[in-house]
Amino acid sequence: MQQAATLPLGTPMGARPRRGARASSLGDTIFRVACHAAGGFVLLLLGSIIIALFIGGLPAFQAFGIGFLWSTEWDPVTEVFGAGVSIYGTIVTAVLAILLAVPVAFGVAFYLTELSPAWLRRPIGTAVELLAAVPSIIYGMWGFFMIAPLMSQYVQPAAIDSLGELPGIGALFQGPPFGTGIFTAALILAIMILPFIAATMRDVFEQVPPVFKESAYGLGATTWEVMKGVVLPYTRISVAGGIMLGLGRALGETMAVTFVIGNANRISTSLFGPGNTIASVVALEFGESETDSLKLAALLALGFILFVLSFIVLAISRWLLRARLKG
Amino acid sequence: MNRRSLLAASGLAVAAPFLTRPSLAQGAGITGAGATFPNPVYQKWAEAGRAATGITVNYQSVGSGAGINQIKNRTVDFGATDAPLTVAQLEEAKLLQFPSVMGSLVPIVNIPGVANEQLKLTGELLADIYLGKITKWNDPRLVELNREVSLPNLAIAPAYRADGSGTTFVWVSYLSAVSSEWKSKVGVGTSVRFPAGTGARGNEGVAGTVKNIRGAIGYVENAYAITNKLVTTQLRNKAGQFVKPTQEAFIAAATNADWSAPGFAASLIDQQGATSWPIVSPTFILLPKDPADAERSRNVMKFFDWAFRNGATLAQELEYIPLPAPVQDRIRAAWKAEVKVNGQPVWTL
Repeated sequence: MQQAATLPLGTPMGARPRRGARASSLGDTIFRVACHAAGGFVLLLLGSIIIALFIGGLPAFQAFGIGFLWSTEWDPVTEVFGAGVSIYGTIVTAVLAILLAVPVAFGVAFYLTELSPAWLRRPIGTAVELLAAVPSIIYGMWGFFMIAPLMSQYVQPAAIDSLGELPGIGALFQGPPFGTGIFTAALILAIMILPFIAATMRDVFEQVPPVFKESAYGLGATTWEVMKGVVLPYTRISVAGGIMLGLGRALGETMAVTFVIGNANRISTSLFGPGNTIASVVALEFGESETDSLKLAALLALGFILFVLSFIVLAISRWLLRARLKG
Repeated sequence: MNRRSLLAASGLAVAAPFLTRPSLAQGAGITGAGATFPNPVYQKWAEAGRAATGITVNYQSVGSGAGINQIKNRTVDFGATDAPLTVAQLEEAKLLQFPSVMGSLVPIVNIPGVANEQLKLTGELLADIYLGKITKWNDPRLVELNREVSLPNLAIAPAYRADGSGTTFVWVSYLSAVSSEWKSKVGVGTSVRFPAGTGARGNEGVAGTVKNIRGAIGYVENAYAITNKLVTTQLRNKAGQFVKPTQEAFIAAATNADWSAPGFAASLIDQQGATSWPIVSPTFILLPKDPADAERSRNVMKFFDWAFRNGATLAQELEYIPLPAPVQDRIRAAWKAEVKVNGQPVWTL
C-alpha cells in the first residue's frame, strides 16, 4: 500500500498492477534463486563427498589396483587390504534381510489394511512406526545381549544338527554356534528395515480406490485374490520403492551390524559364520588408522565402494520400475 | 517451556562452549586424546589432580591411532598411545614419548566346571588356540596341563577385539613373543588378521561373547575382568612357573623390565622372574618437543608429575600398575633434556 501511496500523480492506473507484479516478481526471483541454490547445494554436497572419498581412497586403488574389489585379504600388519569380504558381507546381509523382512512386512501391511478390526489398526500402525524410531545402537545391544545368546543356545545348535547334515545346502548351516554372524546380522537388519517397508506398503495399499476392490469382491474374488489380482498390481511400483528403501538402509547400517556380525575378515560358507560389512569395517578400524596411512586410504576406498553400491541399487530399482511402468 | 525461553536456552547451549573456552585457558586447561586402555585412570587422575594442581585435564579416549593423529597435527596438548611409536616416527613428528602407567591383560574363559584362576595355560597353547590349531577343550595338550580339572569335549571359540585397539596390540605382542608361528603368520598390530574365532567390539563385547558362548576364550584388561567377575586363568611365565593374575605378579613383571630402550619403549611382555605375570604393558604419552605454548606443555608435565607422585593409589584401586620410582626420575630427566622452547627447557624443576 505504501508503494501505491507514493505513486506520482498522473500515473496511469494500469501501472499499479505492473508495479505490484514487479514487486512480486522480485519475490519470485529470490524464491527461485533460493530453490535453485538449495537444489544445487544437494548436488554439490553429494558430488564433493564422492570426490573426497575417491581422492582419499586413491592410494589404496593405486596400490592394489582393480583387484582391491575382490581381494579377500585384510591384513593391517603387512598393509595388504582388499574389499572382497566386506562387499560380500554387505550384499549377503542386505539381501538376506530383505528376504526375511518383505514377507513379514507384506503380512503386516495386508493385515492392517484388510483384515484387522478398525480399533486395532492405530495401535499396530503406531507400533510399526515406533520400531522405525528405535536408534540402531539399541538394536545392536538388544541383538548382542538378547538375540545372540538365544541363537547360540537354541536356534543354531538345532539348525546345525538338523539342516547341517543335509547334502548340498548343509554347508550353509555348519560351524560352531557363535550366536553372532551373518545370519544374526541379517535378522537384526530385517527387523530394522521392516517398519520402512511395512509402512510404505500400508500407505500404498490404502490408496487403492475402494471401487476396484469392491468390484473384485463383487465378482466373487477371495481376499487373497483381491490382494493378488487388484491391490498388488495397482501398487507394485510403490511396493518395490519401499523394498528398495529398506535395501538402501540395510546396505549402510553400521552400529547394529557391528555388534552382531562377528567381525571376521573371512568368507565362510555357513550362514552362521562370522563376517563383516563395509560399514562395520570402517566403523571398527577408523579409530586406529593414522593419517596418510594406506589403511586409512583403504577405509576411504571402502566408503567410496559403499557409495557406488548404493548408487547401483538405486539405479537398478529405477530401471526395474521403468520397465514395469511400460509393461 | 514457551518458545522464547526455549530459544534462549538453545542459544545458550550453542554459545556455552565459546563462553567457557577463555575461562578454561585462564584456569590452566590442557587437552589430551588417544588410548582407551588407560582412560579410567586418566579420568580419575584428572579429577583428583584438578584440586591439587589447578590444572583441568580434558582427555578424550578416541583410540591410540586417532590420538597419534591429533598430536601430530598439534590439535591437542598431549597424545596417548598403547603401542609405542618407533624412534624414527618420534623423530619425524618431533615427539617425546614416555610411559604413564602400566596395565595387564588376562585370558578369560567360559568352560562348564572350570572355576576362576583354575585353568592352566601357556603362551604356546594360547597362540595355537588363536591360530585355530587347537579346537577342542579336551585336546591332549590342554588335558596334560590340567589333570585336576575335567575338561569337556567342547569346541573352543576364540573371541577377539574387532575394533583396532591397544589391548589387541599387547595380546598379539605376547603371542608373537611366545610363538614363532604367530609371529610369521599373523604378526603384531592394533588390529591383525585373526585366523580363527569371532570379533566383538570393545572389552564389553569380548566379555559378552565369552559369557554367551560355552567354550569361548577371550582376552580383556585385568581391571575389566575384576570389576565384572570374569573367569580368568593361570599362565606359565618365562621361568616356567604357573602364576595367577594378581597385583604382585604384575608388579614383579614391572620391576624386572628393562626401561633403557629409546622412547621408553620397554617390553614388559614375557618377563624374567619366577612370579612375573607374562602379559603386562605400559601405555604411553606423546608430548611435542617443540611446544607452541610453553605454558600448556609445562602444565602437561606438571599434571603427570603430580600423577606419578600422588596417583599411585588411585591407579592401583583401578587395577593399574604405577611406574617404579627410578623410571619416573628418568622421565623427568627426559622432559628437562628434550622439551624446549627457543632452546630453553620447559621443565625446570
